[in-house]
Amino acid sequence: MNLTLLPLLQQLLLVLAAIVLFLSFVLLAQVRLISAIHAFAWQGALVAAVTAVVAATGQVHHLYFSAALTLALKALLIPWMLHRLTRRLNLERHTESLQSPALVTMGAVALVIFSYWLVLPMIHAEMTFTRNIIAISLSVVLIGLLMMVFRTQAVAQVLGFMSMENGLFLAAVSATDGMPLVVELGVAFDVLVAMVLFGVFFLQLRDSIDSLDVDRLNRLRETGGDSQ
Amino acid sequence: MTPLLLVLLTPLLGALALGLVRRPVVAGWFNLGVSVISLGGALWLGAAVAVTGEVSGTLGAQLFGPSAGLGFRVDAFNVYLVVLTAFVGVTTSIFSRPYMRYVLEIGRIGPRRMRTYHSMYQLFMFTMLLALTTDNLGVMWVAVEGATLATVLLVSLYRTPEAVEAAWKYFILCGVGIALALFGTVLTYFAAQQVIADPAAGLTWSTLYANAGGLEPAVMRLAFVFLLVGYGTKVGLVPMHQWLPDAHSEGPTPMSAVLSGLLLNVALYAVVRLKMLVDGSLAETASPQLAGHLLMGFGLVSFLVAGLFLHRQRDIKRMFSYSSIEHMGLMTFAFGLGGPLATFGALLHMLVHSLTKSAIFITVGHATHIAGTQSIDQIRGLIRTQPAVGWSLLIGVAAIAGFPPFGVFMSEFLLLTATMKSAPWFTLALLSGLAVAFAGLFRHIHPMVYGVPPEGQQPVEANMIPVAVHLSLVLWLGLAIPGFLAGWLDRATLLITGAHLL
Repeated sequence: MNLTLLPLLQQLLLVLAAIVLFLSFVLLAQVRLISAIHAFAWQGALVAAVTAVVAATGQVHHLYFSAALTLALKALLIPWMLHRLTRRLNLERHTESLQSPALVTMGAVALVIFSYWLVLPMIHAEMTFTRNIIAISLSVVLIGLLMMVFRTQAVAQVLGFMSMENGLFLAAVSATDGMPLVVELGVAFDVLVAMVLFGVFFLQLRDSIDSLDVDRLNRLRETGGDSQ
Repeated sequence: MTPLLLVLLTPLLGALALGLVRRPVVAGWFNLGVSVISLGGALWLGAAVAVTGEVSGTLGAQLFGPSAGLGFRVDAFNVYLVVLTAFVGVTTSIFSRPYMRYVLEIGRIGPRRMRTYHSMYQLFMFTMLLALTTDNLGVMWVAVEGATLATVLLVSLYRTPEAVEAAWKYFILCGVGIALALFGTVLTYFAAQQVIADPAAGLTWSTLYANAGGLEPAVMRLAFVFLLVGYGTKVGLVPMHQWLPDAHSEGPTPMSAVLSGLLLNVALYAVVRLKMLVDGSLAETASPQLAGHLLMGFGLVSFLVAGLFLHRQRDIKRMFSYSSIEHMGLMTFAFGLGGPLATFGALLHMLVHSLTKSAIFITVGHATHIAGTQSIDQIRGLIRTQPAVGWSLLIGVAAIAGFPPFGVFMSEFLLLTATMKSAPWFTLALLSGLAVAFAGLFRHIHPMVYGVPPEGQQPVEANMIPVAVHLSLVLWLGLAIPGFLAGWLDRATLLITGAHLL
């Protein structure tokens, strides 16, 4: 694949998408919670930028609206809500290190390679741009998944979940010029409601296990009924 | 269009209104009323589909253009699920009214959480009905995710550490699963764009189905894997089933009844609709049966693993949720097997499993109130303390275990026959799985029903009408399937497999 042969705007899109992927790595290994939230906000802003560029390239007008929606939701509202919650739960100085950061990062790299391996035979060689963008989006989704598996802190897990959503949105916008408007609005609404509910759950978790460390959730076992 | 609007708008508006009703007693009746109106709409819709064969339409076509609005399509396949969903919604709300009043009286929850409960109950019904009736794969995704969102707060309703843990697990696992399904949906949309000129119609199922042969097989293959893992999480397929026993055991019992009886069906419905697309796309390739084989694999593993896990349970609701996984696995296997007979059997099994399982959960709700615990070891002698509950539990379990003359026996018999015809070796696995599950259920049930009741165990106020109605329906379906229902299922079979059975 020869990237320099692509139109300039598509090259710009790929660069932006690559930074989104980079921010996924940052999120994965970020120790301080507040910094992780900032990294997530930047990721959201970049996805919004990608959307705006796609809108400009393809003259797809409803994508301008999606771009504004993404910016408002992913880069401003959700990070702000998370910020407020961490302050309310006194987690501003909370740091949480991964068990073995090097291994997890290597795992993420492996996931990127895996995504390319999965996507390359699927899409014709002449569609260099689409190939790359789908592979990158899939990597972002899978790294979000990895983050949810290895991070044991509830807020960090939510960040992983939301960055998965970013990856999905990236795929929808850049590979397909955005989903129909009804669907996009529905997805945005679901994400927003999910965020509100996550906030409710942070409080419930703190009340019930006195911490947001999800590893302490181990009362329900396969045989059940032990605790009753 | 009118009956469809009635079906969809009643629960939506009901949910909003129930959020405002302060008195729990009024809310209980109101909830029932809303469910009854939805059922009326669903029956009307069923009649309309019986006459015309298919009801479709677009909401908001004037606003966004003809293909960008909310498209709906109700055919023989989803209409019977719509009626089933609305029906179980009614009977569960009959049960939930005194049940939740009792929960309120013993102080497990306050009046404010009762409002959340009723409101979310109707919202959950709305999301399921929307997921069933919509013609748009994206909207279907939104609705299934909405069903998760509506039920997480219900799972954690009691606010015990276990309930919060179960709800968190449910939220995270289903959230992740469903996110993967969205990636599959995006890939489907991407494949559609290469074939369908109008970008706004690229997620419309009917358009996709009409053009399924042109969808790029390589893309659809990958998309189906994501969609199966995603929606399969909600079906409760092993190994993505971890959330299901927790959510069922810790949430309020009416919730377990609708989760088990309805939500799992809706997710399976989504998988089958998508399989129809993938089958069309892969028809010309070297592996036309790929989707079916995946379903068979996942289904069989779920079926066998859940049957074994049944033996190890100590919580009565967990035990029955494993039984749900087992039955969902069986249906998934049957849909994967394909062919008119297996598909007909699977559709019938969806119906009878929903009816039986929700009846069982309703009975279990009363049983746990009698014993004051969900632990199997401490529930004893139900038949002596309260014969109605004891007998219902016994009959319900006999029905779900596949005893003749109940409907589950019929559908399992059809499935076994179909398996024997097209993949004989699997019959062995299915039969041994059924035997294992049967043993697992009865070794626990026997002491609970017949054992010696503890001192001072008192009967509770119980409304057994929903259970009686469900179980008699299941019995009726086992003895003689009424002509119109058989016709319905046959038309659904024709839609899915392209061939009549009857």
